Amino acid sequence: MRRFPEYFTIWHIAGHYALRITAYLVLAFLILPILVIVPLSFNAEPFFTFTEGMLSLDPDAYSLRWYEEILTDQKWTLAIRNSFIIGVAAAILATVLGTVAAVGLASPRMPFKRLITALLLSPMIVPLIIIAAGMFFFYTSFGLVGTFPGLIIAHAALGVPFVIITVTATLSGFDRSLFSAGLSLGASPVRVFWDVVIPLIRPGVISGGLFAFVTSFDEVVLVLFLAGPEQRTIPRQMFSGLREQINPTILAVATLLVVLSMALLVTLEVLRRRSERLRGAE
Amino acid sequence: MGDITASPLTRTEDALGAEDARNAARELRAQRLRAFLFVLPLLIFIAFAFVAPIASMLFRSAYNPTVAELVPASLEAIEDWDGEGRPPDAVLTQFAQDLKRLANDRTSGQLAEEINRFLPGTSSVVKSTARQLRRADDAALAADGPALLLEANDAWGEPGIWRALRKAGQVYSASYYLTALDLETTRDGSIQPRDTRIYLQLYGKTLWMAFIITVLTLVLGYPLAFHMAHSSTAHANFLMVFVLLPFWTSLLVRTTSWIALLQTNGVVNSTLMALGVTNNPLELLYTQFSTIIAMTHILLPFMVLPLYSVMRGIDPSYMRAAMSMGSRPIPAFLRIYLPMSLPGLSAGALLVFIISVGYYITPALVGGTDGQMISNIIAFHMQQSNNWELAAALGSLLLVLIVALYWLYDRFVGAGNIKLG
Repeated sequence: MRRFPEYFTIWHIAGHYALRITAYLVLAFLILPILVIVPLSFNAEPFFTFTEGMLSLDPDAYSLRWYEEILTDQKWTLAIRNSFIIGVAAAILATVLGTVAAVGLASPRMPFKRLITALLLSPMIVPLIIIAAGMFFFYTSFGLVGTFPGLIIAHAALGVPFVIITVTATLSGFDRSLFSAGLSLGASPVRVFWDVVIPLIRPGVISGGLFAFVTSFDEVVLVLFLAGPEQRTIPRQMFSGLREQINPTILAVATLLVVLSMALLVTLEVLRRRSERLRGAE
Repeated sequence: MGDITASPLTRTEDALGAEDARNAARELRAQRLRAFLFVLPLLIFIAFAFVAPIASMLFRSAYNPTVAELVPASLEAIEDWDGEGRPPDAVLTQFAQDLKRLANDRTSGQLAEEINRFLPGTSSVVKSTARQLRRADDAALAADGPALLLEANDAWGEPGIWRALRKAGQVYSASYYLTALDLETTRDGSIQPRDTRIYLQLYGKTLWMAFIITVLTLVLGYPLAFHMAHSSTAHANFLMVFVLLPFWTSLLVRTTSWIALLQTNGVVNSTLMALGVTNNPLELLYTQFSTIIAMTHILLPFMVLPLYSVMRGIDPSYMRAAMSMGSRPIPAFLRIYLPMSLPGLSAGALLVFIISVGYYITPALVGGTDGQMISNIIAFHMQQSNNWELAAALGSLLLVLIVALYWLYDRFVGAGNIKLG
């Protein structure tokens, strides 16, 4: 039994436990809806609910048929391939441009810093439907609609704010005199950037790149407007599946994506700890 | 630069001091330029990939050359018409010839669609007339255009359709903004509210839903963040996994979960029926309720994360001090803790509100007709009704709203202070 301060009355203690119970209920609300789809994806029947067989743990009520369908259905295999192609390319583009820009933005001498930061972060704030509509009008005139380059550019623009945020955060612990030291020893700014800055901020760069990749991997509004049938991605395929014929294959895909996000979470945590170590943990 | 020359490092000789100042100024300029050059590639990229598209959408909302390009001669002829009665025969003749040409080019449908926006029900008039004029003889049209036109459809004798044509022919116009604000111009040119308030009502509904979602995330997120902030670091990090996992899980996965839960034969209904709470499955999915609950779930981490990071920095001894001195918990909380947690609260609330105002995917999938938001109607005008100009005008108004909210956010929170996990 926990010890409470002497001035606590019974009502204080009741309040304490009420708060605790509320917090756990909210955590359950956060996590249960995601976990519920995992067992449902092994349903032998094409239903979105638990069958009696599943509840009585009858092995025949479970099956891997929806997972098999992902691997054999050409629409899904194409979508998986596209998602990785577009995600990786967009992440690389956003990370390269974003990292270089973040180094400039971190300089105390950067002119118009506040304005430029707000501009570079704005793709995160402007509603996707507005971005999609604008890009559709504008990219059409460059023949970019329905092409891979068009989607990669569009997704990279969405990923840029995340790279800026993570790299700027890593740079906040960066000693700028190292940059001056490199320059005073005769190295070019590019050389200093590559040999001194990048190794020190690498964890931030990698997590920025991961954020950009996830942003692209999960994005569907721009894909709805800008992609042709050849560029359909996993979220696009899920979107049409949820709209048209609901089929538990989507639950299997969703389960795989949950596993992927768990892996991502672990990776980011490892990177964060590494970054803190490199900066000299407080 | 004054402080450099005045610094104790300055030599006593004025000449050298001035030179030092110049060098320092040059070095400063070089540093500014270097910093800017690092940012330049990304600025160019964002200008092309993001800013120009948005600008082109803003432009599009007031610029529509379609009709002006289709029937330039007719528009020129109708310019002097006073808007009363039937336009002069020369206008009708010119228009009959133009319409025949469009019919043969198969572009008369475009014209019909454009005019129809200004006078609903006109589309079929234009289309049927175009079909009949396609076979007409050129010489007969030039000689007897008005008669042929009126013979094809007597609507051409009314002034309304011609006014609609003239309006549709304006290359630049605010008419789409008027429509987006549920206003219309009357015949004498004054602006008045339209009878049906579709779009203002939708903006109102969107803001209201965003507000409800913000309040719900606050009510759920505050106690959770409070509990986490007052747990040991190890325990808080463990609980954080439950916040970050949904945060990192695909939006479509989370929306899928809610569809699985709320379907007619879904988990919630099966459970309620098994428990005997209800005999018939409840209509939970495709309602405003399902949009709100799914979006609350999706946006809750955006509330918890900033709240937690602020609460973690509040020293718990303030509350203990207040209570040991006899304050009751609720007044102590309201007067000590709540004001100190306000930065996190305003950051979270503004973030959730901004994101939910522009939401598209979740309302589109779980909202049905009832739970649609402004983004959904923009998409509808882009994809189904092909009224791109109206979509652009509605989008521009939404953008103004978001920019105003973003400005508030930047003022109170600082856009550069956004943290991710």
